[in-house]
Amino acid sequence: MPTKPETALVAEARDLSVHYQLQGGALSRLLGVGARRVKAVDGVTVELRRGEVLGVVGESGSGKTTLGRALLGLAPATGGSLTYHPSRGGTQEITSLKGADLRRLRTDVQMVFQDPSAALNPSMTIEEGIGHPLVIHKIASGDELHRRVVAALERVGLSPVERFLSKYPSDLSGGQKQRAVIARAIILEPEVLVADEPVSMLDMSVRAKILQLMLDLKNDLGLTYLYITHDLASAKYFCDRVAIMYLGRIVEIGPTEEIFAHPRHPYTQALLKAIPEPDPDRMVPRDLPRGEIPDAARPPLGCSFHPRCPVATPVCGWESRDLRALLEQHWVRDADVDYEAERSVVGDLDDLDRPQRTARLAGRDVAAVRDVLDRVRAEDPDEPLWGGVRRVGEHGGRLEVEFVEGVDPPLRAAGGVQVACVRYGEDAEWPDEGS
Amino acid sequence: MSAPVDPDVVLQAEDLRVWYGTERGPVRAVDEVDFTLRRGEILGLVGESGCGKSTLGRGLLGLLPEGAARDGVLRFQGRDMLGLSRREQNRLRGNELGMIFQEPLTRLNPLMRISEHFSETLRVHEKGISKDEVERRSLEALRVMGIPPTRFRAYPHEFSGGMRQRLMIALTLVLRPSFVVADEPTTALDVLVEAQIIRILHDLRDTFDTSLLLITHNLGIVAEACDRVAVMYAGKIVEIGEAAEVFRHPQHPYTRELLRSTISLSTTGLNFIEGAPPDLTTPPPGCRFHPRCPDAMAVCATREPSALDMPGGSRAACWAAAARHDLLTLDAEESAPLEREELSVADEA
Repeated sequence: MPTKPETALVAEARDLSVHYQLQGGALSRLLGVGARRVKAVDGVTVELRRGEVLGVVGESGSGKTTLGRALLGLAPATGGSLTYHPSRGGTQEITSLKGADLRRLRTDVQMVFQDPSAALNPSMTIEEGIGHPLVIHKIASGDELHRRVVAALERVGLSPVERFLSKYPSDLSGGQKQRAVIARAIILEPEVLVADEPVSMLDMSVRAKILQLMLDLKNDLGLTYLYITHDLASAKYFCDRVAIMYLGRIVEIGPTEEIFAHPRHPYTQALLKAIPEPDPDRMVPRDLPRGEIPDAARPPLGCSFHPRCPVATPVCGWESRDLRALLEQHWVRDADVDYEAERSVVGDLDDLDRPQRTARLAGRDVAAVRDVLDRVRAEDPDEPLWGGVRRVGEHGGRLEVEFVEGVDPPLRAAGGVQVACVRYGEDAEWPDEGS
Repeated sequence: MSAPVDPDVVLQAEDLRVWYGTERGPVRAVDEVDFTLRRGEILGLVGESGCGKSTLGRGLLGLLPEGAARDGVLRFQGRDMLGLSRREQNRLRGNELGMIFQEPLTRLNPLMRISEHFSETLRVHEKGISKDEVERRSLEALRVMGIPPTRFRAYPHEFSGGMRQRLMIALTLVLRPSFVVADEPTTALDVLVEAQIIRILHDLRDTFDTSLLLITHNLGIVAEACDRVAVMYAGKIVEIGEAAEVFRHPQHPYTRELLRSTISLSTTGLNFIEGAPPDLTTPPPGCRFHPRCPDAMAVCATREPSALDMPGGSRAACWAAAARHDLLTLDAEESAPLEREELSVADEA
């Protein structure tokens, strides 16, 4: 029952980035070379409107959790800005908050965690645990504290309250623990709840109950939710708007109804196709993207999704690593291919691991390498990679495959939503006939 | 006792029970379970956590911890499994019986290359196998799982989560077992990778002629990949049948409510099952689901229903379903709606 969101902004992220530096060896740190950065969140612009449920959907490694934590000031932003109540003059820039101000923010923004067993202090009773935020923020004590804990427990349905107050988290079932976590989150009367996979660790029979509780709380207390999940089905039911994330970026964002009725980004389409539905007429889906989410420290050139994209175009950013993947796929696909022989012709593949628009194969017998590539191409001529090949030639006694310069598409408006794909939008680099 | 001669039946359980001794008394985690599994068939096993589905899966392979016991009848290709010695059971595992676990990383040795995992597996189970044969078989198993031969000498940490699960499946299948238990094989994986793995498991029968027991809590996976489905509640199989039939016409109220509470893309309202599964040291009398059942009648609280064949071909243990199909008649007293105690959140799962 998505409610109509009001337009006032609660929070706004502009070009927000959260990058993590990976530890290299001592020498590389000293020289500053080879230092790898993981772009957990990479230039995300999104607004959270009062009273709405904004879903952030993506696979693990997409940066959805980091985005949620950044909103609480738990993950340090390395670029861009994150403003709380931008309409009030933008004084609450989360990215620059420190100490007492940051603590004050945390009474307004609270988090519900994925694993309720890990989110509650095992050595605190439910009464202590749920009342703890009030103690930390020095808001209530004594009778007032007790009264508010009881009220919060009743709000989340943990009644009769006396049965729970003196219990420890380990005495509670999964659903009850998650209710306790929610009680602790709402006891400070926050404005925003960041809910990170709040039901994914619960049993089927109780998931719907917790979601219903969250909807009730939202309506009763006027909350705004950022709902982080990998589960498109619950997002469809629960959210007013949905943002699909892939490798640190939002690739599609818009009203839930439109995203699910007309998914545009190939990644959104793939996710929807992959969800196992309890429908006896459905068969195992066969035309799914290959591979897995790439290493965020070494993202693909061009569009991050292109190596897995079934409808990739010549301008999506083809590069050396894609050629390696294609050769490996070729050796997997056909049992009759003489792998040992072809491998020795093509030579060492490790050179291809460095992302480059021109792939140089190590094999010394150029004509033979060309033969192998021709065989791979003949096996699957429709493979989108071949469309991106600009030139195959010889250079310095090696075979070189040069690819078309790729584009990294920005989010652009397309039919009521925003999509980051070369096929969509006003200035689409590769307009889709159907769009 | 003569073994059944049907060569197509790979596994047969009759009145199978598994129980554990605990401080609070014996727990019957699997209670009076009956089913058969045919060659190349995929049977889905679903239920809430704690319903005994993992225990049943392990019990079938004899992989139970100390202090657990099995009883009843379990036949594998006609052989009585419960009468075998520990040694004989060990010999069957690997070659004939396989298992795919939930967390692949904890099952792979971080210090061993993938090639070493394969050669160890093959050498332990097939004494005297040649080096060339090891390599040929391993590479073929990897190829079927979509892992390129270039990765044969890599270490487990160099693989992604989905690749590791494929490795585990390849390591199980390289020995060509006739029966494999896969316990929540995709729970730790992302949606797209999960779909890839489900497709691989679904296609196993074409490549390896393997029968599969797929344990999952995800009804969507069962609908897509399984031929038949067994629904477990509190240690018992309450309904079993063709997956399409069970999903279209669930006979047991538990199956129906479980389907209704699943959140899918076509969900338009939230439904849930009140209460929680019972403590198995003291299961409720009569039908174990009766305290949570919306259809419960007076008889459900006192007498346990037996499993009966329903008109659609599935088998269910439910008084209401049996009465609905005129498989038995209940008098007015028995069929009176059960006065249910109020279930509060205090008893929630």
